Amino acid sequence: MSTVAQPLLDAKIPAGDLAEKWDNHRFNMRLVNPANKRRFDIIVVGTGLAGASAAASLGELGYNVTAFTFHDSPRRAHSIAAQGGVNAAKNYRNDGDSIFRMFHDTIKGGDYRSREANVYRLAQVSLEIIDQAVAQGVPFAREYGGLLDNRSFGGAQVSRTFYARGQTGQQLLLGAYQALMRQVDAGTVTLYPKTEMLELVVVDGHARGIVVRDLDTGAISSHSAHAVVLATGGYASAYFLSTMAKQSNATAIWRAHRKGALFANPCFTQIHPTCIPQSGDYQSKLTLMSESLRNDGRIWVPKDPDEARPPDQIPEEDRDYYLERMYPAFGNLAPRDISSRAAKRMVDAGHGVGPRKNGVYLDFSEAMQRLGRGRITERYGNLFQMYEKITAENPYAVPMRIYPAPHYAMGGLWVDYNLMTTIPGLYALGEANFSDHGANRLGASALMQGLADGYFVLPYTIGDYLAPFLGERPPPTDHEAFKTAEREVDDRVRGLLAVGGTRSVDTFHRELGRILWDYCGMARNAEGLAKARSEIQTLRDEYHNDVRVLGENETINQSLEKAGRVADFFEVAELMTVDALDREESCGGHFREEHQTEDGEALRDDERFAHVSAWGFTGVGKDPELVKEPLEFEFVTPTTRSYK
Amino acid sequence: MDLTLKVWRQDGPEQAGRFETYEAPGIDEHASFLEMLDIVNERLIADGREPIAFDSDCREGICGTCGVMVDGVPHGPVRGTAVCQVHMFHYSDGDEITIEPFRAAGFPVQKDLIVDRTAFDRIIQAGGYISVNTGAAPEANLIPVVKDVADRAFDAAACIGCGACVAACPNGAAQLFTAAKVSHLNLLPQGQPERYQRTEAMVETMERYFGSCTNYGECEAACPKEISIDFIALLNKDYRKSKSRGRWAS
Repeated sequence: MSTVAQPLLDAKIPAGDLAEKWDNHRFNMRLVNPANKRRFDIIVVGTGLAGASAAASLGELGYNVTAFTFHDSPRRAHSIAAQGGVNAAKNYRNDGDSIFRMFHDTIKGGDYRSREANVYRLAQVSLEIIDQAVAQGVPFAREYGGLLDNRSFGGAQVSRTFYARGQTGQQLLLGAYQALMRQVDAGTVTLYPKTEMLELVVVDGHARGIVVRDLDTGAISSHSAHAVVLATGGYASAYFLSTMAKQSNATAIWRAHRKGALFANPCFTQIHPTCIPQSGDYQSKLTLMSESLRNDGRIWVPKDPDEARPPDQIPEEDRDYYLERMYPAFGNLAPRDISSRAAKRMVDAGHGVGPRKNGVYLDFSEAMQRLGRGRITERYGNLFQMYEKITAENPYAVPMRIYPAPHYAMGGLWVDYNLMTTIPGLYALGEANFSDHGANRLGASALMQGLADGYFVLPYTIGDYLAPFLGERPPPTDHEAFKTAEREVDDRVRGLLAVGGTRSVDTFHRELGRILWDYCGMARNAEGLAKARSEIQTLRDEYHNDVRVLGENETINQSLEKAGRVADFFEVAELMTVDALDREESCGGHFREEHQTEDGEALRDDERFAHVSAWGFTGVGKDPELVKEPLEFEFVTPTTRSYK
Repeated sequence: MDLTLKVWRQDGPEQAGRFETYEAPGIDEHASFLEMLDIVNERLIADGREPIAFDSDCREGICGTCGVMVDGVPHGPVRGTAVCQVHMFHYSDGDEITIEPFRAAGFPVQKDLIVDRTAFDRIIQAGGYISVNTGAAPEANLIPVVKDVADRAFDAAACIGCGACVAACPNGAAQLFTAAKVSHLNLLPQGQPERYQRTEAMVETMERYFGSCTNYGECEAACPKEISIDFIALLNKDYRKSKSRGRWAS
């Protein structure tokens, strides 16, 4: 196949006024004629919101799509666990919302570390996402008049969040999954469940396929295509204890990174403020309680660190509603990074509540008096139920206890305006890319971005890449590049089985998570990050010499699956610390203790750091190569973010 | 607390399985049921024995990946709760717990506690969707939905596809799963154009993989989302209507 030279880190942002960029770009892109689309093969890895919506939409257009998921069904992707909602600038509430306002809120919420053109397009297509989902039968909450209901969410002063009880992610994913299964039935999409991508194959500089392992039989095989789309989610599971699903992993994007795709802003991770605090050392994950609870719940801690009374006996004057005190304009709806850091400050200062003094109260008593218990049940009933199942405490009677936990990764593979990575023909969608959320993602924006990328961006932009290859077949899977990649995968798998060490995969992962949480979590400093990097390197060496993976390759082997993912997490984790150390400023979720204002707020440095940091892989344990994409702000002026 | 587990172990789909007994001392009451299994697995690995294979992912009761029989009950002793959200404070020191995979002809055992549930995807593929291509949707508020109808559709849409209903059914029937999806779509105005075609296609695909419903009602009791068997009545009504419409047409 022919190769096209790509200048490095050209974001390919279209010219013109902000509002016209996407429209102009759509007109300027090359098209593939409807009858020719079936002559192009596209691989989609991952079937969450981004992957399922992309695979379904590409199939509808007539492309020949192959979709892969390591789950037993596409419906189980972790998008399903999103609770709160999906944003759209519909302005149904007549409260002053607009595309520009959503764009502005998202740029500001991301602490001015995202690209204007991408974010504006996201706000534009948000309208169509709601239309599409409703037409698919997604049962969004409705008013008595039969029209759609909205609620407010952190980081915005308008009500633009559409929701489906506390199960918005589930319902949107089922909509995308059903659209995908319709295409499977139509024969445009071939689905491979329980199949995990373990390598990307690049031929003549272009992504032309993947190597996968069948999780039932261990069989390793190759698939080739004209383009490869990764929609495999984020890397927050590197922390071990997080709100991520147990199987969420970074292997697909990391393998692509090792093959040349730059990895952008790896230190931008989101610590979500409202999760159930850890209860014991055996714990396998942390459970998120939807941010929507902050609409009616009030967050407080006892003023006295030695407070011993139960919460309902602590009088008002002895409580510190610290978010309302510090951020009166936004109060309990302050953005996630700000709320999380404030909770950490309270707990670090000894005001923590609960048996381990590791939480803060989220209290509904005032809301229940104001609205009645019935309204609270209607809004949050299933969340209250979930909380009680886990903690054996009744949140109608006793305030919830919450604490921040790793939840989302804003960083990811670097992509241009077309969502293409630095490897031609390789695309990254949804949480797997870095593109829209800057240094902090606003609530209800992840579902929006995943679906925007899959339904309304990639289906247009991929045609522009494919058009010149009309008539060319992708390389056959017996091509040397595939054979080499298969051998590498086989060696890796057998290597892990052959270590025969003494410690389980989970014990290593837990230890890695602890290092990340302590030194690259809600607060970071140069000394800690350097220490973390060296500890990660030491632990990684130990891992490859002492991990114990029992069983064999040829059957279901969950330890083996985890072992490969954790091996990659070690490398991701190291890159997170390198990026965090390099970024000598505080912005969004990245808080460097050396860079704060007198009252402890993030101190950005636009002079030196108004750029995307994109890292190139140079070898395990070696210093990665930094390439910067400057961020230019033509339509908003970066200011100090204030929610006071 | 100290527990004794009797766990089904099976090396592969073609091999015979057997129960093995494991002592599980010192389990914290705040651990979840699956965390208890994690602890047992860590100890097995330390002893050089292969850990118990079981499915799980979100561990928040929403992805539907987990699901085992606990003392003969899908998802265990807490009604309306997936096994990942059952916590050990529901058990007492000295308890013996039997853990098996879901048992149903439609769900062949793959290994230990893992079964193959891909037949559910075949049912959805047969018609569990509304045919609307990306981009073809009208403005969202052009389709008003009566709130009660939307709420009822949601009650059905809450299905997580875990398969507990099939495992609970003495006939191994998948009526509750199928009814939940059919009802979610058939109740909504958007679902009307394909209502009868969807119902027939999904029911007939279901019957290729699963047993027949004889109204035991065990499925509703086992459902972690407490989906009502009223939806099976709606499914049957739509199926009957669909069949008779077909006759009138011919």
